[in-house]
Amino acid sequence: MNRKASDPFSEKLPISLESNPRLSSWLSFSTAGEVFVSSGKVEIGQGIVTALAQIAADELDVDLSRVQMVRASTSVSPNEGATSGSLSIQQSGRALRHACAEVRRIFLRQAAARLGVDVDALEVQDGTIKGPGNVATSYWELAEDVSLERNATPGANPKDATLRRLAGNSIQRVDIPDKVFAEPRFIHDRTFSGMLHGRVLRPEKLRAKLLGELNEDGARAVSGLVVIVRDGSFSGVVSETEHGAEDALDALRKSATWSDGEPLPDDDDLATFLKTQPSESTVIDTKIAASPGTAARTVRRQYTRPYIAHASIAPSCAIAQWHGDRVHVWTHSQGVYLLRADLALVLKLPVANITVEHMEGAGCYGHNAADDVALDAVLLAKAAAGRPVRVQWSREAEMADAPFGAAMTIEIEAGLDSQGEIVNWKHAIWSNGHVARPGRAPQPALLAAFELADPFPRMISTNPPQVNGGGGDRNAIPLYDLPSWSIESHRLTTMPIRTSALRTLGAQGNVFAIESFLDELAAERGEDPVDFRLRYLRDGRARDVIRAVAKRAKWKPAKRPGIGHGIGFARYKNTGAYCAAIAEIEGTENITVRKLTLAVDVGEAINPDGVINQIEGGAIQATSWVLKERVRFDRQRITSTSWTEYPILRFSEVPDVEVEVIRRPEMDPLGAGEAAHGPVTAAIANAVFDALGVRVRHLPLTRDQIMAAMGPT
Amino acid sequence: MTPSVRFRLNGAVTEIDADPERSLLDVLRSRLGMTGSHFGCGAGECGACNVIVGDQAVQSCDTPLWSVAEKDVTTVEGLGTSERPHPLQRAFIAEQALQCGYCASGILMSAAALLKRNPSPTSRDVREALDRNLCRCGSHNRIVKAVLRAATEMAPK
Repeated sequence: MNRKASDPFSEKLPISLESNPRLSSWLSFSTAGEVFVSSGKVEIGQGIVTALAQIAADELDVDLSRVQMVRASTSVSPNEGATSGSLSIQQSGRALRHACAEVRRIFLRQAAARLGVDVDALEVQDGTIKGPGNVATSYWELAEDVSLERNATPGANPKDATLRRLAGNSIQRVDIPDKVFAEPRFIHDRTFSGMLHGRVLRPEKLRAKLLGELNEDGARAVSGLVVIVRDGSFSGVVSETEHGAEDALDALRKSATWSDGEPLPDDDDLATFLKTQPSESTVIDTKIAASPGTAARTVRRQYTRPYIAHASIAPSCAIAQWHGDRVHVWTHSQGVYLLRADLALVLKLPVANITVEHMEGAGCYGHNAADDVALDAVLLAKAAAGRPVRVQWSREAEMADAPFGAAMTIEIEAGLDSQGEIVNWKHAIWSNGHVARPGRAPQPALLAAFELADPFPRMISTNPPQVNGGGGDRNAIPLYDLPSWSIESHRLTTMPIRTSALRTLGAQGNVFAIESFLDELAAERGEDPVDFRLRYLRDGRARDVIRAVAKRAKWKPAKRPGIGHGIGFARYKNTGAYCAAIAEIEGTENITVRKLTLAVDVGEAINPDGVINQIEGGAIQATSWVLKERVRFDRQRITSTSWTEYPILRFSEVPDVEVEVIRRPEMDPLGAGEAAHGPVTAAIANAVFDALGVRVRHLPLTRDQIMAAMGPT
Repeated sequence: MTPSVRFRLNGAVTEIDADPERSLLDVLRSRLGMTGSHFGCGAGECGACNVIVGDQAVQSCDTPLWSVAEKDVTTVEGLGTSERPHPLQRAFIAEQALQCGYCASGILMSAAALLKRNPSPTSRDVREALDRNLCRCGSHNRIVKAVLRAATEMAPK
């Protein structure tokens, strides 16, 4: 038999399948020769629908072209929470692989009965089931006789890794042709018959309240106006045309009077702000040495990272349509069920009255305004007499009103013995929580819900527990074999600046801090930073990526003036993909990253080119964060609301990126989307030290921050 | 009565009654149903809406309709189709040169304008030509490779 006897999958169901055991919710077959595959995970530019299609086609033995990926919807899809945390391959991929293996088996049994042959004598070729003596049937022939209205059971054995024909190969992504031929695949490009356009009015000063009556005359004079909606501080316009909605909103804005907002912190002194706010302190982890060494001295360093914007290239967009007391929502949210739960709370409707359907948007990189705009659309559409209403945010709103990745202050303190070896280690984080996603609390997390006349309290971000990867404390526990440690998180209980999940949550900050600190200790000892790390690492896969990247980057290249090299390493969440990065930078005050070399271990790479694309993209995005990005604000408003005020890396500034994927087809697959950010951040900072001899501990590594780190001249 | 503006859109003479101050992007998307050009910022800062006017890539979000009167406008819809793809479109697929792809249509148009005026660009030329196009996913290097690949394919043999 070609199947593994003791597959780890066979003992219990993969987690997503356990929560959604109905096989019919994952796949169905048409008599016309197609397989429809449903996943609760959504395409956000990461190539997930292609990887899932590969897994399904492989396990079922059908050609990839037969697989039709169904867009996630609360009306048909398994509920897999959010598409986040680099878990889609781990969760949906495993569930689908198992479900397909079981469904294949069910079809083979049916085929065996129909053909009168032994089930083990059958084989499947592109959906055709063949047995001895040229007897044959197919999934398509049997589609109407086989019911998948049954629950998955443990024990279905997926194929052995060596037998997979698609998984493990760089298949071209199924969504790319539409995107280069401008087929309307994005929600932004979809139109429905009778569709109206809405725009929402929001204050410049954060959390300001709309005072008094709005003078609607100006907006009403704009041709095409359908309705003006006002509910407390939430207001907006609906028009026959997009242009009309914009003009009406401009007119309405002129007539609006706002209260003062709530005060914002000093954006030039975030460390003080974060460390002096009321907070909830948690000991994340402690490790006690069996035979504690004696510290001869203590080194303490503080690192900060600013608020970072998701800064999607597309402003968030949603479409909603009411039918009586039922509403249908089209959204680029990362979690259709989670959004539905929050909409139900706000609308005070049963979830059964709400259908939330996914459509692709631009890359979001975490919890941006996708969910907020969906509620905006639902509220405006309620006044539109059953017509669909499309709402799109402005660039300014996208940069000011969407949640940001949380600013962090991190302090690491290590006790060193007389040889400079680490005997103890303390890591403390001060930060807002990193997650305020919808659908996970008894209160909604959607912006408009806080603005209604009968408002919901503003949600304060929290952190997932370490067992789910942690939040602000993600990657704060060292993977290194240090003799003892204590890891502490101080989560702010006030939140003047709205934060929620940004790619990697706290991992980027924590890896930057840990890897900068280790680099500093190695430099003090005069030890090569690669050797130093390897001495403290027992995990074989960790050692492998570090050695691989060092070899590929020819570590350590000869010293040249103005050029620096640095390394960074992490295993994402300490349970996900391993990644090591080496940066080559150039410059004195203005830093250019010339080259990034990365090695990554994602276990089984379902689509190796997809993995490389994710790692390359993550490395380039991280370079942008590190060199340029910082949300700016004064004491009342976000001021970085355009690409001029919030610059990101441009083509001429992008480094060469080289990625090596370590082949481990026999290991469980791990997500690649967030593995590169922490290591690349640290590698660049360490390369700056190598070039300039100065430690810059505050992101971003701009000219000002580098000059400040150099101290008074 | 609104004045009408006439221009050639992807080779076809198009006449439209619209406020001449309206942006070309709005007219393309709302009036002509051409949604390939994308709104990103509305301020000419990201390039998601780039189209070719004459032989220049321009940001259609801050190009008023009147300014294209009697001119040639090419959008991504006019670049090629799945049946008759432009070499750039083939190259973007071959290099898997995007992640989310929202910026892709504007970048394709900037690249097409570049290849018209410089059929054999260097990597640096490509980066310069695309410097006003933003990509947030980090697909830049693949995009540059794809443009160079298309240039090679288009070169006279």
